[in-house]
Amino acid sequence: MGIPVPMATRIPVRITVNGVEYAAEVEPRLLLVHFLRDNLGLTGTHVGCDTSQCGACTVYLNGQSIKSCTVLAVQANGGEVTTIEGLAVGNDYDPVQQGFWEMHGLQCGYCTPGMIMSSHALLDRNPNPSEEEIRHALEGNLCRCTGYQNIVKAVQRAAELRAGK
Amino acid sequence: MVAEKLVGQPLKRKEDPRLITGAGNFLDDIKLTGMTHAYVVRSPFGHARITSIDTSRARAMPGVVGVFTGEDLAAVNPLPCAWPAAGGENNMNTPRVLALGEVHQVGDPVAVVVAETRYQAKDAAELVDISYEELGTVVDAYKATLDGAPQLHENAPNNVAVRWTCGKDADEVSAALAASDVRISQHIVNQRLIPTSMEPRGSIGRYDEGTGDYTLWATSQAPHVHRLLITAFILGIPEQKLRVISPDIGGGFGQKIFCYFDMPLVLWLSKAVGRPVKFFEDRSENYLSAAHGRDHITDVEIGASRDGKITALKVDTYANLGAYLSTVAPGIPTTLYGRMVAGCYKIPAIHVNVTGVYTNTAMVDAYRGAGRPEATFLIERVCDLVAQETGVDPAEVRRRNFIQPADFPYDTGIGMLPYDSGDYEKALDKALWNSSYADLRAEQARRRAKGNRKLLGIGLSSYVEVCGIAPSKYMGAQGWGAGLWESANVRIHLTGKVVVTTGSLPHGQGHETSFAQLVGDELGVPFDDIEVEWGDTLGTPFGFGTYGSRSLTVGGTAIYKSTAKIREKARLLAAHMLEANPEDVIWQDGKFQVKGSPESSKTMQEVALAAHVAYDLPEGMEPTLEATTFYDPPNCTFPFGTHICVVEVDADTGEIDLLRYVAVDDVGNVVNPLIVDGQVHGGIAQGLAQALFEGAVYSDNGELMTGTMNDYAIPKASQLPVYELDRTVTPSPVNPMGVKGAGEAGTIASTPCVANAVIDALAHLGVRHIDMPITPEKVWRATSAR
Repeated sequence: MGIPVPMATRIPVRITVNGVEYAAEVEPRLLLVHFLRDNLGLTGTHVGCDTSQCGACTVYLNGQSIKSCTVLAVQANGGEVTTIEGLAVGNDYDPVQQGFWEMHGLQCGYCTPGMIMSSHALLDRNPNPSEEEIRHALEGNLCRCTGYQNIVKAVQRAAELRAGK
Repeated sequence: MVAEKLVGQPLKRKEDPRLITGAGNFLDDIKLTGMTHAYVVRSPFGHARITSIDTSRARAMPGVVGVFTGEDLAAVNPLPCAWPAAGGENNMNTPRVLALGEVHQVGDPVAVVVAETRYQAKDAAELVDISYEELGTVVDAYKATLDGAPQLHENAPNNVAVRWTCGKDADEVSAALAASDVRISQHIVNQRLIPTSMEPRGSIGRYDEGTGDYTLWATSQAPHVHRLLITAFILGIPEQKLRVISPDIGGGFGQKIFCYFDMPLVLWLSKAVGRPVKFFEDRSENYLSAAHGRDHITDVEIGASRDGKITALKVDTYANLGAYLSTVAPGIPTTLYGRMVAGCYKIPAIHVNVTGVYTNTAMVDAYRGAGRPEATFLIERVCDLVAQETGVDPAEVRRRNFIQPADFPYDTGIGMLPYDSGDYEKALDKALWNSSYADLRAEQARRRAKGNRKLLGIGLSSYVEVCGIAPSKYMGAQGWGAGLWESANVRIHLTGKVVVTTGSLPHGQGHETSFAQLVGDELGVPFDDIEVEWGDTLGTPFGFGTYGSRSLTVGGTAIYKSTAKIREKARLLAAHMLEANPEDVIWQDGKFQVKGSPESSKTMQEVALAAHVAYDLPEGMEPTLEATTFYDPPNCTFPFGTHICVVEVDADTGEIDLLRYVAVDDVGNVVNPLIVDGQVHGGIAQGLAQALFEGAVYSDNGELMTGTMNDYAIPKASQLPVYELDRTVTPSPVNPMGVKGAGEAGTIASTPCVANAVIDALAHLGVRHIDMPITPEKVWRATSAR
């Protein structure tokens, strides 16, 4: 038997997403990923598991890559979020996006935004990771299509592109 | 200048720009005006009678638009099963849209709440009060057939859904076994898997009161088929009143082939509430109630000669089909498994007995490879068992039993279509060479001699599979309820731009790219001028969709044939434009030329313009350049290859290290090597994961113990090896492009390859077989027991 949920109170939040500040009143339980997808229409961030395994919902929050299915929108109040939609500048893809395209680092594309965000965060921390470091860093992102080999290559290619090679 | 051919080039994919920028359009990304959200209340019991349902508290919740139960949908037909086993006994039971009276598995849909938001729908679903009277459960396919086991369905005594045999008479094969010098028997479990596309399933229904038209957006690998099944079989509405749209699909691996309850449900609900309704399952719902794969229990008896030739094979398989029959479930362990157990080998006496069984578990249906992985696992374990028993090297056992190149087309005698072409030894030799097999065996012998606790294991798997599942006549004889041809419409617009409409349904395979490469070469138009459209039944010819590695072999050939028709019409028009005899005009270097005078030529774009403005066409010629083809191939295609895996097993802890993975695949001619390699990579990963990590586990009372990604072991990047790929190319004679299909090969080959490697590492300790997933614990138990 469920317990009746009281009429949800709403809490005002201000969250900057991809450089634009948004003000909204949200339920305390609203997940950041649903705020991004349903409130803002930024549907590039995906939900694949609900239990924080798959990483399809990875975004940046205040410079850190996080799983937005495990963060409440109210926890992001006052924060800065970058999603997959905020990576490319005009028609210029981010080097990580370019790397994934060139090395066939995606097939169905569902895990890809999260995978790109996590790879981006890895390269921010470690601009020249070894294969082992890449595989370790991406443990929180699951892909069912590629078997990861071309994702590793994509990150290596992105590292080259970021280094201007 | 001769333009470089597009086919064969590793071109970057056309579909990627939208997918790397977050601009893909997946089902849950779709928002319609006035859209409501459905949340399904599911059975917490594996088997129970529903004694009462009270929806009043749920109805009173904020935002609730409606609450419905099985009673409300009593007039809606159950879902259809489109592939009963031919020539066998079929006791058909298919699921209702919402359960009525009884539930047969945890996760069976019992009621549905429609609300303004998904949070509200979920809140209210908590307050649907349902009383159940629990009934007995059984989750194991063999135990379910025993007298006294709980019965799921009245018309299926002993829970038998399907009884089917193939091959020679059982007695004849028993006699062949008795006459064999070497006899081996083995019990083999091919465990249940959960496909796990990264995108779960979902659907959106919209009913238009003004026109009476329905629209369904669905995570579907086969939208035309779903339109047919939903209209003609479930809802009883005219087929033309439903449009089905597949948006971008986040992986399928077979699970999105089937017709599921939510598809007719959202359409029915939309009419009932007068607004669009979205259903999008969460991961646990997907794990609970979308179709699973594999789940065979097999006893195999093997006869062989002392020099390793397989003389007889008797197979008895219990296939767990779950609580009901899914859309094509009976066809998988029969035609696609039983008829493929010979693998790459000449085996004179085979008998296969299959019992498909109902249990209180999720339905089991096609999952990447669908039957062939189970067949290949069996026969490749058989090869290693024969090697172990006879002392003949596993590579040599395979070589001695291979079907030879001169034998094709080859009939295995167990009711499969004849294998089209192959050179199995060539692929084996290449894999042996690429892996330095002899050196590996020498190293293994050294370690064993020294008593090294790091045990080296070398696994082989030579596979052949059946792809391009299509020939309608054959499939009809196999019980399949419709044709399996594929459609393609190709048209060149006035501006010279090309639109291709295909009945294939990409969900990660890169059809937009591969098909554009094919069309670019055949029509002489640039890659970027070609658009490949798919996934909408509106205004497009019927198509059967994507599964069984059939898109390029069947759908691609339909496109190829359409381009040929266009080119022939364009050639006649070009001759008219050049004032030449049609027989003197040829297609060369991507243009129409008058034989012997290449300066007198027309491009396809020039001809397209003339065909569209239609000011001056040859007598009787219709305007425009457009062609539609419905292609029904004469045979399936049979890709093959050999994979070799090298593992190091810690004898003290049971830990398994994947040292190398070498694959040699023959998928016929290759359109885009980047895409084909990607398919093989992903396939290997999935098959390897079955060998070492994955397995769906039910408790005895029918609860799914692996109900989240926390419990079900999808492999991570750090757990997988580097794949060393290579190819041989044996074109298929079945289709004009000589292609064979590449989507499932990796999965089919890798499971036995990796399992054989681990067991090989332990073979000198007397270990003959370990059931999957082969975890360190199982290895430790197997070794420490000796």
